[in-house]
Amino acid sequence: MRLFSNANFSFLAVRRRAYAISAALIVVGLGSIVLHGGVNAGVEFTGGTLVHVRVTEETSVAALRDLVNAAGVSGEQIQPLRSSEGESTQEYLFRVPPVDDEAGLEGVERLIRSALEQGLGANSFELLRVEAIGPRVGDELRTKAVFALLLSFLLTLIYLAFRFEWRFGFAAVIATIHDIALTFGFISLLNVEISLATVAAILTIVGYSLNDTIVVFDRVRENLKKKRKETYEETLDRSINETLPRTILTSATTLIALVALFVLGGPVIRPFALVLILGISVGTYSSIFVASPALLEIHRWQRRRHAGPAHATG
Amino acid sequence: MFSTVRWRVIWITLLVLLCGWALVPKEDADGNRIPPLQLGLDLQGGMHLAVEVDDSQAPPDADLEDAVERTLTTIRNRIDQFGVREPNIQRAGDRIIVELAGVQDPERAKEIVNRTAFMEFKVVTDGTSFLNALERIDRAIVNAVGADQLRPTALETQVDLGEVLGGRDTAPQAVPADTTLPDSAAVDPPPGAPAAAPDPPAAQDSAAAGRDSAAGAPGQQDGELRPLSALLRPGRIEGEFLVATQDRPTVESWLALPEVTAVIPNDITLHWGVEDVPAGGSTFVPLYVLDAEPLITGEELQDAGPANRDPTFNQPIVPFETTRRGARLFERGTARHVGDNMAIVLDNRVQSYAVIRGILSRNAQIELAPGASFQEAQDLALVLRAGALPMPIRIVEERTVGASLGEDSIRQGRMAFLIGIVAVVLLMIGYYRFAGVLAVGALVVYVILLLGGLAGLQATLTLPGIAGLILSVGMAVDANVLIFERIREELDAGKTPRTAVDAGFANALSAIVDANLTTLITGIILFQFGTGPVRGFAVTLCIGILASFFAALYVTRTFFMIYLNRRASSESVSI
Repeated sequence: MRLFSNANFSFLAVRRRAYAISAALIVVGLGSIVLHGGVNAGVEFTGGTLVHVRVTEETSVAALRDLVNAAGVSGEQIQPLRSSEGESTQEYLFRVPPVDDEAGLEGVERLIRSALEQGLGANSFELLRVEAIGPRVGDELRTKAVFALLLSFLLTLIYLAFRFEWRFGFAAVIATIHDIALTFGFISLLNVEISLATVAAILTIVGYSLNDTIVVFDRVRENLKKKRKETYEETLDRSINETLPRTILTSATTLIALVALFVLGGPVIRPFALVLILGISVGTYSSIFVASPALLEIHRWQRRRHAGPAHATG
Repeated sequence: MFSTVRWRVIWITLLVLLCGWALVPKEDADGNRIPPLQLGLDLQGGMHLAVEVDDSQAPPDADLEDAVERTLTTIRNRIDQFGVREPNIQRAGDRIIVELAGVQDPERAKEIVNRTAFMEFKVVTDGTSFLNALERIDRAIVNAVGADQLRPTALETQVDLGEVLGGRDTAPQAVPADTTLPDSAAVDPPPGAPAAAPDPPAAQDSAAAGRDSAAGAPGQQDGELRPLSALLRPGRIEGEFLVATQDRPTVESWLALPEVTAVIPNDITLHWGVEDVPAGGSTFVPLYVLDAEPLITGEELQDAGPANRDPTFNQPIVPFETTRRGARLFERGTARHVGDNMAIVLDNRVQSYAVIRGILSRNAQIELAPGASFQEAQDLALVLRAGALPMPIRIVEERTVGASLGEDSIRQGRMAFLIGIVAVVLLMIGYYRFAGVLAVGALVVYVILLLGGLAGLQATLTLPGIAGLILSVGMAVDANVLIFERIREELDAGKTPRTAVDAGFANALSAIVDANLTTLITGIILFQFGTGPVRGFAVTLCIGILASFFAALYVTRTFFMIYLNRRASSESVSI
């Protein structure tokens, strides 16, 4: 079986439309981030307490809210968790912002526990997971995450500059920034919480997207060496088309595995799988419609500079 | 050519066997099964705590480094008492990380870690007032628990006791870290050295003789149940009793009954000791009867140690210093108790005791019994210093995962993993036919190498790690896809199968190397900066990339060689 084996699409001809689509998606995403008042950072980054509870008898968010409010908890968010079929799982996530006073960190968990004990009975609920992060630890984790992202960027750029010409590296970084921007936009639109696991997912997307882009660029590098009589744009199109079967097949196998994880993975892992699915789709798109066009634009910009009279060196 | 293939097959087989062996469950010395893959706290359930020393109220010249080290000791002590399997307690900068797997009661675990160390110096009583109250205590236990509940235990224990009491030679042989406590002004050699021999104290015997039942005597006399008395036996000094280790929870629960606390005299308190006392083939835990009123508390303890040796007699000694107020209290308290034992109580447990050799004041020292090791002295110094810990501690990070959530995650992850693999297998075979089958063979090798590599490196499998596994299966075929597409192109260009395969592998190499190395960079950074679960993900990702390099470039290649060699005509290749 063969798909797209002799494909001859003019990807670069539609690049302006791709720019528009990307720009629109980024604007929508950034707009969503602004409207939400920033990304939905989890307790790991903001500090605070997350309590994941499973109840044995039907209850409601409102009832739970009344219980914990009566116990003195304030500023809480209560989120019911649903299975992949959308059914209620009787599981709820409580998120409480950081409390300043000394007893804060453990106090909140204890308050929620005792409120549920009194309201529901000691044996009718189970604390599945508790995360309580002091504000300072949250700050540290946030700094670390940002630092990890930037460092991985820098090292990849150095590697690409070493293995390719600098403009390839530059184009790859543009594509990666595009992917990160879009992924953050999706994360905000879907209101996925940014946790350490989400950051890991974003870094994986960065790796994967670069992977895709590099495969195309590797072919571009090879085709440029062959010195066919064709324009830069034609060489790029040819390279994308030649690697198209691989691009699609690899994305397909990866996405299948991730969809299995998303559907079967349970409520804790689902946001992680969702971010990966979106990011890998975006990464595949960008390696075709963003990275190569960026390379073309850089190439043309260089040519213009060299053709210009101001650059007649003497 | 043939020999090359043969060697390749041998190498691959060896590696697969090695990794397969790493995945076979082993047993430890006690015959417990060790799972091949270590599960992270998020999968097996457990608790992760980060604890900080709060130096906000400490004097400006306080030594934070020392405080963290002392806190680490205190927390280790406490967790050991808590009885968690394989606790992981370590320093990370100025923080202390406590990881407890499978904790049943996280609330209590936190309480134990978080409590400020509480130290008291208390006089060990002669035990008389406790023995006098013992009959009432026994009756209170019978009334509270019910005679029917008690009878079987009492009888069983009676047999045990009979054996233990059978001969004096089964009495505790281990001499306790017998400590003496001279006034700093008078460091005399011990004249009639403090009770080092484990003779039952006379006072106790006489007390016992006067009553129809006492500690150490069989538990049932005149048909009356004496549950507590039956489980107590005389200790090595006055005011110390020994309880068989397995009876300790029972005795502890009895002593906590409100009916029982009501009849225990107000001027004494009961404290367990930290050490195990072996005797007659079983072990015992000491229970001490102490004056309720402490001589001084840790608040009055200014500093202790370091341990050194007595210049004249070369015995290990631990000097300590009290505050001015502590010195006054100490002088007044010890004046009435010269010759008595003083217990050092940390977090309600007796760490050690020593004879009060004279009136103690601001500078005192504890002299360890002859034969005590220097290590013991250092440990005691650390205990004293932990008691003098000037700074409270605070939990700054807590992650607790219930065991059931972990089980769900493993089950769901396993299912997703299997379905993901089956889908990828079907897709590869459907698309590449026989070459797809070869790729699937290489994928099988890949999975064995990956899991075996994780087990061999003793990496911890976390929930994001499982996600990484599933993701890497999807990505593992990427290298194969790159190679196969190349081979197809070369075949289209009119090359013979053998040359096409060779060219396909050669030309795909640069893309595979560049693409995987960038992902490897990301993985290494994640490992460096991540904690716990994220680190597990990074390890899976990195091992996955290395395994997929090997699987695609070496294993698939070998399979292709065998495939091409076996075919009579090499005019076509199924790809």
